[in-house]
Amino acid sequence: MDLLHHQLWVTEAVNAVFGPIAAAILRAFGREVPHGNVIPDYLAMLLLITLVLTIFSLIVRSRLSVENPGRLQIVLEDFVNGFHSLLDDFVGPKGRRYLPLIGSMFLLIWLSNLAGLVPGLMAPTSNLNVTLGCALTVWVFYHVQGVKEQGLVAYLKHFAVPPGSPVAMAPLMLIIELISHVARVMSLTLRLFGNIFGEELVIIILASLVPFVVPLPMMFLGLLTGTLQALIFVILTMVYLGAAVTVEHHDEAHH
Amino acid sequence: MSTRSVVTTALVLVTLGLVSPVYAQESGAATNNAGLVIQWSIVTAGFALAIAAGLGALGQGKAVAAAVEAIARNPSASGDIRANLLLGLVLIESLVIYVLLISLIVLFLKPFGGPTVG
Repeated sequence: MDLLHHQLWVTEAVNAVFGPIAAAILRAFGREVPHGNVIPDYLAMLLLITLVLTIFSLIVRSRLSVENPGRLQIVLEDFVNGFHSLLDDFVGPKGRRYLPLIGSMFLLIWLSNLAGLVPGLMAPTSNLNVTLGCALTVWVFYHVQGVKEQGLVAYLKHFAVPPGSPVAMAPLMLIIELISHVARVMSLTLRLFGNIFGEELVIIILASLVPFVVPLPMMFLGLLTGTLQALIFVILTMVYLGAAVTVEHHDEAHH
Repeated sequence: MSTRSVVTTALVLVTLGLVSPVYAQESGAATNNAGLVIQWSIVTAGFALAIAAGLGALGQGKAVAAAVEAIARNPSASGDIRANLLLGLVLIESLVIYVLLISLIVLFLKPFGGPTVG
C-alpha cells in the first residue's frame, strides 16, 4: 500500500499556496495540524478538477453563438440534450430543472475517475471522503426537492404510507423506508469508491509486476468503468429524485 | 451412493484437509496468533471474493439473458430495456463490490489483530 502514497505535484503546489491558511484555520478551530501536507491529495486534486472545469466552462461560454456554432459547442449541445432526455425518462416532465446539479455532478465524478489514469495525478474518487461527500450532497438535494415539491407533511407521509400500501402497514413501512433511504447513501458511496479504488489497485499491482504494456488493458477497462460509474451515479440520483418529487396522485392514476 | 452425497463428502474432506494444517500449526506454536490471523485473512478474502464474483456473475448473466431475449422479441423497446438492464446490473454489481471492499479490509487493514500492511 506504500505505492499509493507518493507526492503529487498538485498537492505540493496547493500546499505551498494554501497550506499556511488551512493550518491557521485548523488551529483556530482547535484541531490538530497534521505533519507534512496540511491539504491531502484528494482535496488538491478536487481543487484542480474544479478549476479546470470552471475555466473550460468560462471559455466555452464566451464563444457560444447561435449563428455559427463551433465543433466544441455542437458536442456540448449533444451532451446537454442527452442529459435532458435522461432527465425526461427518469424524473419526469419537470426533470429538466435539475440539469445543473446532475450535469455538474456527472462532469466532476467523470473527470475525477479519469484523472486516476493520468500519470502524476490520482483519482479523488478513490478516497472514501470524496464519494461520501458526493453521495450526501445528492441525498440532501433530493430530500429538499421532495419537500419543496410535495410539501413537508405529504413528503413525510410518503415514507409511512407509500402509494399502493395499506395504512395498517405504516409502522413496518416506515422502518423499511427509513433503512432504505439511509442505505442509499452507503450504496452510492461504496459503489463509486469500490469501483475506482479496486481498479486503481489492480493497475498498481499489475504495474508493479510488469511495468510495461501489461497494465494497458486494465487501464482501458478503467476508462470504461470510470465513465460508466459516473453515469450510474447520476442515473441513480435521477431515480431517487424522480421517486421523491413525483406527486402521489399521478401514481394512483396510473395504477 | 448418489452424486450429491459424493460431492458433499468430497467437500467435507477438502475442508478438513484445509483446516487440519492450521490446527497442527496452532498446537505446534500456540503463541503464533498473528500468523494464524494472516493465514485466515488470505483464505477468507480469497474465498469471499470468489463466491461473491461467481454468484454475482450468475445473477448478471440471468439479467442479460432476459434482456437480450426481450430485445429480440420486441426490438422497438430496446431503449427502455437497456436502461433498466444497466440499472439492475449496477445494483447486482454493487453487492460484489461490497464483498471486494470487505476482502480489502480483511487483507490490508486486519481489524482483528495481526500486523497491518501499509
